Order: sequence, then C-alpha cells, then structure tokens
Amino acid sequence: MILFLEGVLRGLGVGSVYALLALGFVIIYKATRVISFAQPALMLAGVVLVSHLAGPLGFWVALPLAALLTALLGLGIERGAVRPMVGRPAFVVAIITLGVDVAIRVVVNIFIGLDVRTVHDPWGLRSWQLGALRVEQRHVAAFLATAVLVAALFAFFRFTRMGLAMRAAADDQEAALAQGISVGAVFALSWALAGALAAVGGTFATAGASFDGTLWLTALVALPVIILGGLDSLPGAVLGGLGVGVAQELVATYQNHAPWLGGNVSVITPYVLMLLVLLVRPYGLFGTREVERV
Amino acid sequence: MTVLRGRPLLFTSYPQEMGLFPTTTRKVAFGVLLAVTAVLPFLLADAELQLLATCCIAAIGAIGLGLVTGYAGQVSLGHAFFLGIGAYTASVISGDPDGRTLGLGVTNILVWLPAAGLVAGLAGVVVAPLATRLRGLYLAIVTLGLVFIGQHIFNEWSTVTGGVGVGRPAPTLELFGYPLGTTTASATRDQKLYWVMAGLLVLFALAARNLARSKVGRAFTAIRDRDIAAGVIGVNLARYKTIAFAVSSFYAGCAGALLFTVSGFIDPSSFSLLLSVQYIAMVLIGGAGTISGAIAGAFFITLLPRLIRELQTFLPFISTDANEVPNVLQVESILYGVLIIVFLIFEPRGLFGLWVRARNYWKSWPFSY
Repeated sequence: MILFLEGVLRGLGVGSVYALLALGFVIIYKATRVISFAQPALMLAGVVLVSHLAGPLGFWVALPLAALLTALLGLGIERGAVRPMVGRPAFVVAIITLGVDVAIRVVVNIFIGLDVRTVHDPWGLRSWQLGALRVEQRHVAAFLATAVLVAALFAFFRFTRMGLAMRAAADDQEAALAQGISVGAVFALSWALAGALAAVGGTFATAGASFDGTLWLTALVALPVIILGGLDSLPGAVLGGLGVGVAQELVATYQNHAPWLGGNVSVITPYVLMLLVLLVRPYGLFGTREVERV
Repeated sequence: MTVLRGRPLLFTSYPQEMGLFPTTTRKVAFGVLLAVTAVLPFLLADAELQLLATCCIAAIGAIGLGLVTGYAGQVSLGHAFFLGIGAYTASVISGDPDGRTLGLGVTNILVWLPAAGLVAGLAGVVVAPLATRLRGLYLAIVTLGLVFIGQHIFNEWSTVTGGVGVGRPAPTLELFGYPLGTTTASATRDQKLYWVMAGLLVLFALAARNLARSKVGRAFTAIRDRDIAAGVIGVNLARYKTIAFAVSSFYAGCAGALLFTVSGFIDPSSFSLLLSVQYIAMVLIGGAGTISGAIAGAFFITLLPRLIRELQTFLPFISTDANEVPNVLQVESILYGVLIIVFLIFEPRGLFGLWVRARNYWKSWPFSY
C-alpha cells in the first residue's frame, strides 16, 4: 500500500510536468489548428537557459527569465516559419515545426556540450516524511507550480480581453476576424505561452537530476497525453498529464512482476495507453468529436 | 498534328494520359537513364557505388512512404518501425542457425526479401484499423507512438535483435548459391551491390507507378484530396486506407531488409524517430505525390552528408572533429531541418517542382508566362 501511494504521489509530480507541456501543445492547437512538433526544442532551450542563468542569477530569477526568453523564441518561430504557412494543410505546418525542432535542437545542444548539466534547483533529492510516506520535495514543487500556472491560465482565458479573443479565435477564426479580433496576435501569443510553459515544464522535469541532449524525449510524452485528453481540451491536457504520470510511475513500481516486458517498460506506457484509449475513443477522453462536412 | 507531338502534358487520348510513360520523350529519357545507371559501375570508384546503392535502397523506402503520405494523404511518422520489422524478419530468415541470435539459415534473397516485405505489410494491416479511424494529426502522433513501442521491442528482444549496442549481422545477399554481396572474379562487391539495388529500385518504382495510375491509385488521391467526399462518391475508405498502409509497409519492409546489407550490421537503435523524420524529409523535399520525387528526395537526403563533407573543403570553419563547434554532423542535422522548412515554404512541390519550373521556363521561352 505504501509502495502504491508513493507511486501515485511520484506520478502526480511527474505528471505535472507532462500537464504543463501538454497545455502548450493544446493552446497552440486551439489557436492555430496545428500540432507543434517544435515543443521539445522549446523545452530544451528553456532548460538550457535556466541552467546557464541559474549560476549567476539564482534559480528564482533564472526560471522566469528563461521562460520569458523561451516565449520570445516561440514568437520567433511563429513569425518565421508558421505565419507564412497560414491557409496550408495542417500536417504541412506540423512537418515544418518538425524541421524547426531538428534545427533548434542542434543549436541548443551546442550549449549543452558533452557534459551533463543541472538547473541548480533548490530541492534536489530532499524529501518529507508524511507518516509512513516519503514525498520528494521536487515533486511537490512541480505539482504546486502546475496548479498555480493552470489556475492563472484559466483565469486569463476566463477574465481578460485577450483570453476572450483567444477563445473566440479557437472557436471560429473567420468569425473572430470579422469581429475585429487580431487572429495574428492570438497566434503569436499562443506560441509565446507554449514556449513559456515548455520552459517551466522542462525545468521541473530535470529538477533533482542532471540533463543532457536526450531530455527532449520527455517532451514527446506530452503527445500521447494530449491525444488521451483530446487535442482541443485544456482540462483534458491537465488530467491526461497527471493520469499518464501516475500510470507511468505505477508501471515503473510494479514492472518487476512482469519481467518478460523488458526493463524500462514505463517509457512506452504512455504510448500503449494512448493506443488503447484511441481504440475506444478516437477523439480522446475529453476531445470534441469532429463534425464532418463535405 | 506533327506540331503538337512531344510536348509535355499534351495528351490526345485518355489511355495515353494514363500510360506508364505517356510521351515519347519520357520513354527515351527513361531508356537513357537506365543505360547510364547500368554502365555507371565502370566509371565510378567502389566507395561512390556503395553510396549510390544506399541511395537506391532509401529510395525504395521513400517510395513506400510516398504512397501512403504523398498519394493517400495519411501522414505516417512510423516508417522506421516498419523498416525495423523488415530488417529483422530478413535477418532472422537468412541468419546463421547456430549463431548467437535466432536464424533459419535460408540465405536466398528471393526468400527473405519478399518475406520481409510481407511481414512488414502484415504489421501495416494490423495497425490499419487504428489508422483508418483517425485523421491528420491524430494519425501522425499515433504512428509516432509506433516508433517508440517498436524501439522498446527491438531493444529488449535480444534473441532476435542482438540487443542494444551489439546488434546482429544483416541478411546474406545470395541468389541460388551465387553471392551478390561479395567480390568475385567478374565484379567487385560494391559493383554487384549497386547493380542489385538499382535493379530492385527500378522494379519497385515501376510497380509503384503502376499502382498509382490504377484504380487503387486514383482511390488514394481521392482520399488525399478530401476523404469524406471520396467516401461519398463510393470509395471504400477503410479498405483503401488499409491497402495504402499495407503497400507502404511492404516497401518499408523490403527497404529495411536491404538497408543494412551494405554496412552488414543492424543495431536496434537505428530505427529511431530520426529515421522516420529522414524519410518524411525525403518525400517532402523530393515532392509529395510523385514517384520520381520520392526517388530524387531519397538520393538528395542520402547524399547530403557526403555533399557537406565535400563542402567542408571550401568552408574551413566547419570542423570534421565531433568535439568542435560547428562540426559536420551539426551542419548536417541543421540542414535537414532547414531544408524541410525552406522547401515547404517556398517550393511545396519539392525537387520535382523545381524540375517542373525549369521545364516550363524553357517551354515558354522567351516569354516568361
């Protein structure tokens, strides 16, 4: 039981990271109808920035600053590679972001170099003892940060003019344009938000550990997460992220009961979970079923 | 009528337009290309021939991806998975029965090559029920999932794959006892490899071109252009999407089986997302929806590392040392990304589109329109 509960708590911590990354994907998808395969590169860029800035400035200054810079990078990608493609098929734009991802990651890898780096987070591997349960501080921090960011995002979409504009553009771009909403600004802001979320998510993903160029694979876990939750559902992204995190940690905890699956089977758990859910619900758990019109 | 003869895109009858080689020019061009391909081994050094053989194999795989993505419009990021299945099926069938890894000892290429294609094609059919229910980006992500699941299986199932970092030998190239992959008195290993691969590429390309102009091919293009509309006019969507996946996987399986016969060695880590992205790049840079485009793209992407290495002699600031910045490997991977972006933004029809542009320029010369 203790083992199970600890697995769940760890899963919530890990899942928070996936939720943040998945939110970035969903925000871009809702605004532009495109899946950004550049998210792993944005995440890696954010983490590398934190690791370089945290030394001289301290973690708490470095994290927002890195988030801001990554948001600017997201803006740049939107301007340079995505905006010229407005009106082209969604998958073509998705492949463009794949190209952006490959190119940016090479540049970012130069700043990682051959050694592993750390983000100098204040938690490390310290943990609290709650009765019989051992809870790692970094997982609590990730969960709290996600809760705060998600609350802020939902408030932003609910109560601000720009949030309203984004919801309108997500609903129907042409109608939003006709009402005087700058859809271009919505596109730009969605990429910036996704960049900032990726930076924060990536930083928590590597908290308490060190990272190298392979960290970008973590961001790809957000893809099954958004498919599970439904491409266009913000709550789906959060719940999907937490769910996938918990499932992954539980599989990691109990995988020694099924040695024939091979070691590290938890790495592919999200993808298997995604396939199983899609067999039953092709639009994810919370996604909108597409209306088909000829 | 003599005035009209020999103009590209001028067809005077439907059978002519649907022909394998619709114009005389194309027949002649194909013949000349075939002749050049056949005599090339007498002109080039072995190292270059080896590279060209790899290009031919990559082209077979790219044609397969082109059929499902370019013709049928189903974006697949899972090509590496099917390449892997083909590679391991072939090497299990052709492998040494007493070796460290599983092997059946049937080394004849006429056995292991079709078998590799069929097993991969079967895997495509198994995946298809999922694929036919999904569209566009959902499908892209699901096929991405296949790559990760496949990599896990390839890494863990070491009795078949040899395990990470160890790997297993590639299938033996042999035809009824005649070795196709070793140097003999008549020809060197690389000359033979090149002839075999070029011959296979011609076969596969003609088969794909034939498929594309058949009823099946027209169903593919209808699905690509608007799948619901295609369904409304009576195209059986589930059936043709399944066929598209099966054929594409068959090509991938054959390409996978051949891909490592040049290097002679298969490592499980080869079948990664990067390989899938490379194949996507081949199809897009070459020109989606054309067979010749897929071939051109495959040659371009496969020759890219070599081109950059040649470039390096002119641009001394690019280092060949992997520890220095910027080095050849970095320039190469950046170029993959940048070329995808540049082509999709400026020439969506790819290398094939460049050719069409050049042809149109000379056709209408001296008038630009």
